Amino acid sequence: MSRAPARGLFVFLALAIFALASAARAEVAVPPLTKRVTDLTGTLDASQQANLENRLAALESRKGSQVAVLLVPTVQPEAIEQYAIRVFDRWKLGRKGVDDGVLLLIAKNDRKLRIEVGYGLEGAIPDAIAKRVVEEDIVPRFKQGDFYGGVLSGVDRIAKLVEGETMPAPRPVERSSPSRGWSNADLLFYGFIAVMIFGGLLRSLFGRMLGAGATALAAGAIAYFLFSVGIAVIVAIVAFLLTLGGRIGYGGSGWSSGGSWSSGGGGFSGGGGSAGGGGASGGW
Amino acid sequence: MKNIKLLFLLIILSILGGCGYNTLQTTDEQIKAGWAEVVNQYQRRADLIPNLVETVKGFAAQEQQVLLGVTNARAKVGTIQATPELINDPQAFTRFQQAQGELSSALSRLMVVVERYPQLKSDQNFRDLQAQLEGTENRITVARNRYIKAVQTYNVVVRQFPSNLTAMLFGYKEKPQFSVENEKAIAQPPKVDFGGGPGAKGK
Repeated sequence: MSRAPARGLFVFLALAIFALASAARAEVAVPPLTKRVTDLTGTLDASQQANLENRLAALESRKGSQVAVLLVPTVQPEAIEQYAIRVFDRWKLGRKGVDDGVLLLIAKNDRKLRIEVGYGLEGAIPDAIAKRVVEEDIVPRFKQGDFYGGVLSGVDRIAKLVEGETMPAPRPVERSSPSRGWSNADLLFYGFIAVMIFGGLLRSLFGRMLGAGATALAAGAIAYFLFSVGIAVIVAIVAFLLTLGGRIGYGGSGWSSGGSWSSGGGGFSGGGGSAGGGGASGGW
Repeated sequence: MKNIKLLFLLIILSILGGCGYNTLQTTDEQIKAGWAEVVNQYQRRADLIPNLVETVKGFAAQEQQVLLGVTNARAKVGTIQATPELINDPQAFTRFQQAQGELSSALSRLMVVVERYPQLKSDQNFRDLQAQLEGTENRITVARNRYIKAVQTYNVVVRQFPSNLTAMLFGYKEKPQFSVENEKAIAQPPKVDFGGGPGAKGK
């Protein structure tokens, strides 16, 4: 009676130690992106965070660019550049295709910081300028322990640089669409196969005309639920012709619904932008 | 008769879908794009060098040997045509990598020498160039990592069953992978020199 729990405890402790040991060596995890200013060090108070948040939100509504600030205690054992690109890859700051995102990353205990610039802003914030922002605006204030002042003036200067760049206008209202697991190409491919199989089946059951009609109806209904009436009509016609002819070449009528990036509502999320290592690092 | 043909078409389609042919295409294209980015960033670095060498010369003309090393390494890089076909030729790939590696070490020697010239270090033009060089080196690292990941995905598809049969059929071969450039240098313990030798400050 007494042995079994003791052994269980021993196994548990061994596992816990093992987990701790491996966690100590592992890379620092990328925190989830829920707002523009993420402070994991407890350096900025609520009103300071809110002020930064408002400035960055205003910038996004004016220019569409997404700038985010992240403070972490440490990025060890990685270099700050490696961690920055991992965060950027996960957060996907900036609009898809425009890639106008900027990440200001501060590793407080490492005394290192980095400005990671998305592809689309490498013209507005070249490496040399990013370096100047780091060394002229941020580092002197950090040296005096004024973290809020450093972040604020860094953010302001980045915002000014972004303002100077001509970019596609921000989208006025974003209808956040639930992300589908399948891409449009996948849907097209499987939809095509499904039409071929069920169309052939229905046609041999009901005859050419009736079978094609039934297939068109079914395909149209599915497309209506997935997309819209217009697309449903196109899909129905294509399905009808496919089933009717049996081997009509597939014309590939477009199903291109607009790229889905969500940014409405309360939370904040990346728009699908990417970066390739541009920007500058520094220390204090 | 028609139904049989249709069935046949369906079978072919589903085989092509399930045997990794599409995955092969996608990953192969990703490698090409990744490689283009790698070459692009190396080119960007090579473009920075003349300007950098000129600027350093203005303050530290006596460091001729180091400057010459950089210039020569850059010239050597310039002779290798970085075509997309390079990734299908392991030998040319190794040559390309070696030349870029030599340029990397020549540049790092230059950056060590620069530490001895405070005036140069505080020159704004030089600082901008240095920031650009750092950024470009970082871009190269990122591009290389992304290329390595793309090749890894592709090579797994080429070797895995059943997609390896498709790869064989269509003549897709494994692609060469980047190796650590300065393997030997890493294997050796770093030299620490506290002596006031000829390399010390002031010169």
